Amino acid sequence: MANLDDLYREIILDHYRSPRNRGELAPPAHRTEGFNPLCGDEIVLYALVENGVLLDIKLTGHGCSISQSSSSLMSAAVKGKSLDDVRETIATFKALMTTPEHTPGDDEQAVSDANLRRLGELAALAGVVKFPVRIKCATLAWNTLAQALDEIDA
Amino acid sequence: MRFDPKLVRGDVPLLNRVINGRPITYLDSGASSLTPRPVIEAMDRYYQHHHANVHRGVYQTANEATAIYEGAREATARFLNAPGGSPEIVFTKNATESFNLLARSWGATFLGPGDVVLVSEMEHHANIVPWFQLRETHGVEVRFIPVGDDFRLDLSRVEEAMAGVKLVSVTAMSNVLGTINPVRALADLAHAHGALIAIDGAQSVAHLRTDLVDLDVDFLAFSAHKMLGPTGLGVFWAREELLRAMPPFLGGGGMIKDVSTDGFTPATGPSKFEAGTPPIAQAAGFAAALRYLDGLGMDNVAAHEHDLTVDALTRLATTFDGRVRVIGPDNGVERGGVISLDVEGVHPHDVAQVLDQFGVCVRPGHHCAKPLMKRFGLAATARASFGPYSLTSDTDVLLEALTHAVEMFA
Ligand SMILES: Cc1ncc(COP(=O)(O)O)c(C=O)c1O
Repeated sequence: MANLDDLYREIILDHYRSPRNRGELAPPAHRTEGFNPLCGDEIVLYALVENGVLLDIKLTGHGCSISQSSSSLMSAAVKGKSLDDVRETIATFKALMTTPEHTPGDDEQAVSDANLRRLGELAALAGVVKFPVRIKCATLAWNTLAQALDEIDA
Repeated sequence: MRFDPKLVRGDVPLLNRVINGRPITYLDSGASSLTPRPVIEAMDRYYQHHHANVHRGVYQTANEATAIYEGAREATARFLNAPGGSPEIVFTKNATESFNLLARSWGATFLGPGDVVLVSEMEHHANIVPWFQLRETHGVEVRFIPVGDDFRLDLSRVEEAMAGVKLVSVTAMSNVLGTINPVRALADLAHAHGALIAIDGAQSVAHLRTDLVDLDVDFLAFSAHKMLGPTGLGVFWAREELLRAMPPFLGGGGMIKDVSTDGFTPATGPSKFEAGTPPIAQAAGFAAALRYLDGLGMDNVAAHEHDLTVDALTRLATTFDGRVRVIGPDNGVERGGVISLDVEGVHPHDVAQVLDQFGVCVRPGHHCAKPLMKRFGLAATARASFGPYSLTSDTDVLLEALTHAVEMFA
């Protein structure tokens, strides 16, 4: 049975109550909107990229504790990183959100432990996969960030 | 005489479920009601003994299936006190399809540029989007009756809003606010201005007594699955002379009088709107649901749910010290058993998630009423709603779980 505490970890509640990197950035920062039509969650993401580095990131929007804490946790994790690192973090996080239901073998476990360590605080969101309908809440900010990077590249 | 809701509860197998270690507390009847055993058994009986396609059959079981299907039509007409009887009852897929039938058949035939359809800000998307579609294809105007801060239709300027109106189309009971609208007064208003009136009965027919002669409306749409019946069956009712003037909606088998290589002539009567094999088993189940509701008495159902609602509203107000706000009338006057909640600091999705841990089923979201949500500056609410099998003990568990949610996010 999925337990509520797996979902609402203290770190998540903390980021929901006091979101990090909340606000807007003026141009030349890039602005991207993310929207989850099913539950009405909304995110506006501002990304300032210079010389291949995500110098600054800010977010506004509204939604449930999972979508809002995920965007806060994400901003803390990617701010100041090279775009390559940011892309890798996005990929690792999204892999975490698609973990299949089966019990992983030893090798897979080792990989996913290493990934979890690399994710740091973000690993608090790992419990979301046990609540399939909430996965889209957790990934909204990340999809928006991926879209922002693609738009900046284009 | 009032029925014993505990007996009704005993008739609903799904209420034996245990969810997350707790007996289920089902508070989502506004979205879909649970199914009592006699309804399930009627469908079962149909499949075990009478299943055949309807109409034009000669053999025994085909005649039985036809009698079951047409019997459901008659039962529906009686349940609604339809002035013209069963020829006025069209079976559709759901309330949504009934509105699409109204817009595409009647609307597309009789409305054009300059004509106005007057809906309200508290409508379900089922009574908004088909009119916007008609606006695109036929240039009609869609106008909205505003909702006041008291969560009721603001009818103060409705007389002025009637210019050009050919159809008033409003809900009898809001699926978000619980507000019960003054249908008869709106019907009189519409008719005084030479307009017709359609009613969304998806909530009201399930929870209040409906008498079409008293209401004096022209069209009615609702769904069987919200009134103890099965999914897959809706009702579209219209006055017989209106039905007669309306062209068919979907084409195919069952809706024709004649077809040749030159063309077709549509059937007369409600079959004109029932192309293809209809939901026969669902009709069998629906007739059983109507019998069941008749047995309880719709006035008793309304009174029972009214008591539950008043009790819940009172306890919500005293338990949470203002942290849980009801989006809807805060007393039992002209209001049904739908209670939308806005919990301070807790998003409706999180409310519903925490409640699920207690086995409590409530619905988070915009409830297909986005214009209404916008009107009150909300993205979503968490909605609890009662049915005939609901008990005050359901409210006990709701309050226990809500208390947990409030504390968790404090
Ligand atoms: C007021 C109202 N109108 C229309 C509908 C649509 O019903 P259905 O989805 O069965 O077509 C609903 C149900 O959600 C409703 O509550």
